[in-house]
Amino acid sequence: MDAGIVSYGVYVPRYRITPTEIGRVWGADGEGMGQSLNVLRKSVPAPDEDTITISTEALRVALVRGGIDPQQIGAIYVGSESHPYAVKPTATVVASAVGATPNLTAADFEFACKAGTAAVQTCLGLVGAGMVRYGVAIGTDTSQGAPGDALEYSASAGGAALVIGRERMLARVRRTLSYTTDTPDFWRREGQRYPSHGGRFTGEPAYFRHVTECARQMFEAEGTGPADYAHVVFHQPNGKFPQRVGKQLGFTDAQMRYGLVTPYIGNTYSGASLIGLANVLDHARPDERILVVGYGSGAGSDAFDLEVTDEIDRYDRSFGAPVQQYLDPGVEIPYAVYAKFRGKIHMGGS
Amino acid sequence: MSIARFWRETPRRYNLGGSKCGRCGTVYFPPRAVCPACPHHRETLAQMAPFQLGGEGTVFSYTVVHEAAEGFEMQVPYVVALVKTVEGPILTGQVVDVDPASVRIGLSVRATFRKLREEGKAGVIHYGYKFAPVEPGNGSALPPRRTERAVASAPTGADRTTA
Repeated sequence: MDAGIVSYGVYVPRYRITPTEIGRVWGADGEGMGQSLNVLRKSVPAPDEDTITISTEALRVALVRGGIDPQQIGAIYVGSESHPYAVKPTATVVASAVGATPNLTAADFEFACKAGTAAVQTCLGLVGAGMVRYGVAIGTDTSQGAPGDALEYSASAGGAALVIGRERMLARVRRTLSYTTDTPDFWRREGQRYPSHGGRFTGEPAYFRHVTECARQMFEAEGTGPADYAHVVFHQPNGKFPQRVGKQLGFTDAQMRYGLVTPYIGNTYSGASLIGLANVLDHARPDERILVVGYGSGAGSDAFDLEVTDEIDRYDRSFGAPVQQYLDPGVEIPYAVYAKFRGKIHMGGS
Repeated sequence: MSIARFWRETPRRYNLGGSKCGRCGTVYFPPRAVCPACPHHRETLAQMAPFQLGGEGTVFSYTVVHEAAEGFEMQVPYVVALVKTVEGPILTGQVVDVDPASVRIGLSVRATFRKLREEGKAGVIHYGYKFAPVEPGNGSALPPRRTERAVASAPTGADRTTA
């Protein structure tokens, strides 16, 4: 495939809360919950941050780093399950805020946690077909779990923007493929504030089946095995699932090292696998191969086989924060401040 | 604020779209239709070009707000500053991702993109610039350094500042 990643940017809000602090409020063993999920802390957006602002910050970093004229962007797709509007696109605000309007196509994607990787596939198609010079795929979420629900220990905020093109590719996409079924493991009905899920049903028939089938499909199509990849990135709803699926498929901890970011920032949903990929690209060397396998409830997996090019050594990352900075401890807040920031406190009035 | 008015101001709120006098080079934000710095104002009318500020500057003065304006209750205490941009204009804006006690005159800041206010639960959400510190180690992301370039559709003439 003659298309790939030409630039990327990440943004994660600065506030953090620990599972221990969440458990303290609900009379639960938060520390134990954090250990079983392999989540040390999760990011929390400020009251003036949402999917639109996070997406914009991530894309601005990507455009400056890549030296990309925003007027050359032909498509912007934002994947999220926490778009600020039910009707009115996130993508138009982002496009305007980076100076890409008006001569482009834009839309919002939703497919639980894999809306961002679906946007990448769409951009690869448009760029590969020569319809646009640059396509932008963004995966961002500011997702919430219901107070006290298991999801609350991991649901966080953050996003990544990938600029897809054919010139000066940092990583060429050799192949992308998907594995999609109708599986009701996790959902949120129209008008509902918090998502619902099938508990243990989100594991074997959902995450594990789709990720392993999609990865094996890629091995077969490319004639590869785990040893052929220097790095692997899985969707990471917690820190435990990707480690387990990686071992099942035959990957080592060293291959998963950079791609696993959820233990330090929580589950950024549509942002998760793309932020993991960005961290890999922060450390990747020319000629290395990367396997990315996203997952979205509902359900489906998108896999990407990437090959890092020599351009990675010339890529100027001096602008914007390296992903590692976001993985470091941020500003820790207590549950009461978290509840205030996330609008969980009833303020009276209408 | 009416939807139409905010929409008209989008180029400056989203992208710091100002104007620059083609005769003397003075930069204005918000954009101006004529250049008051030039002796013959009317002659500058056709020479004012759209100009996008880069978003970098320093705190010129500031205040810490404890009695919130409507819609800012969740952010108390918060900092509102006059920011002297490198291009010259002084902008008013909130400084975020910072401990109010650590703000000082001369603090280096950069524009960041944030939610400004919401028209209730069902109304439009307004976005625009705020500022965040650029010193290393403050835990905040670095907002973008955009290259200087013209903004195609920057409105001129209006004279309101900031969020």
